[in-house]
Amino acid sequence: MIITNIETVPGKTIVEHFGLVSGSTIRAKHVGRDLMAGLKNLVGGELKGYTQLLNESRQQAIGRMIEQARQLGANAIVNVRFSTSSVAQGAAELYAYGTAVHIE
Amino acid sequence: MNNLLFFLTLIAIGYVVGTLAEKLHYRSIHEREKKLLYLPVVTMKTVTHPDKKIASAELVCGSAVISIDYFKRFLASLRNIFGGTVKSYESLIDRARREALIRMKEMAVDATVIVNVRIEISTIGRNANKKGVGCLEAIAYGTAVTLEK
Repeated sequence: MIITNIETVPGKTIVEHFGLVSGSTIRAKHVGRDLMAGLKNLVGGELKGYTQLLNESRQQAIGRMIEQARQLGANAIVNVRFSTSSVAQGAAELYAYGTAVHIE
Repeated sequence: MNNLLFFLTLIAIGYVVGTLAEKLHYRSIHEREKKLLYLPVVTMKTVTHPDKKIASAELVCGSAVISIDYFKRFLASLRNIFGGTVKSYESLIDRARREALIRMKEMAVDATVIVNVRIEISTIGRNANKKGVGCLEAIAYGTAVTLEK
């Protein structure tokens, strides 16, 4: 599965469009990590726990998107976008969407 | 009185540790940026290399969650009274963005160029729904294009 965030796959020709595919996931961190993040809020700096959490969730969202594209019979996803939103306290939604296509 | 003392201690800790951490972080950012200078990052959607073929293209992304320290938050709340540039938040966002860009580049060390790069910022964590900025996430993503040698 080739994933790009431009309209085409460079060097390849798109032969068929399958339309929009998307994947999302909502994750929250356990209390211990939240507590650590609260402490870190005092001194500032990077919150490694959250970075890792969001990276994992993003991979999962991409994974779900790929799964959907595979069911449609696509072998590439173009024009992929990400968006993040916080739905509740300490929980974040990661959303990935793109267009499933078939390339030669 | 006790409350005030507690508050001042928090500010002092925030100032000392926060400033030190920021200095160290900027140093490491500069170092890694220099190391990755060979890899151009562009916001254009296509690159034209007439004499070479494209070997592969893949999505790369990098992210960083960075939070502000207590002292700077205090400064920013003071700034809210008079208005003007909030320098303490500037450096926070700058650090998050550059860190995300560096991480994205590190994912594609063999690539020739990264095209259509987008950078997004979103607030997450406890304070996301309130007024204050708790911590924010910067994410950078693009398509790494590798040319045939």
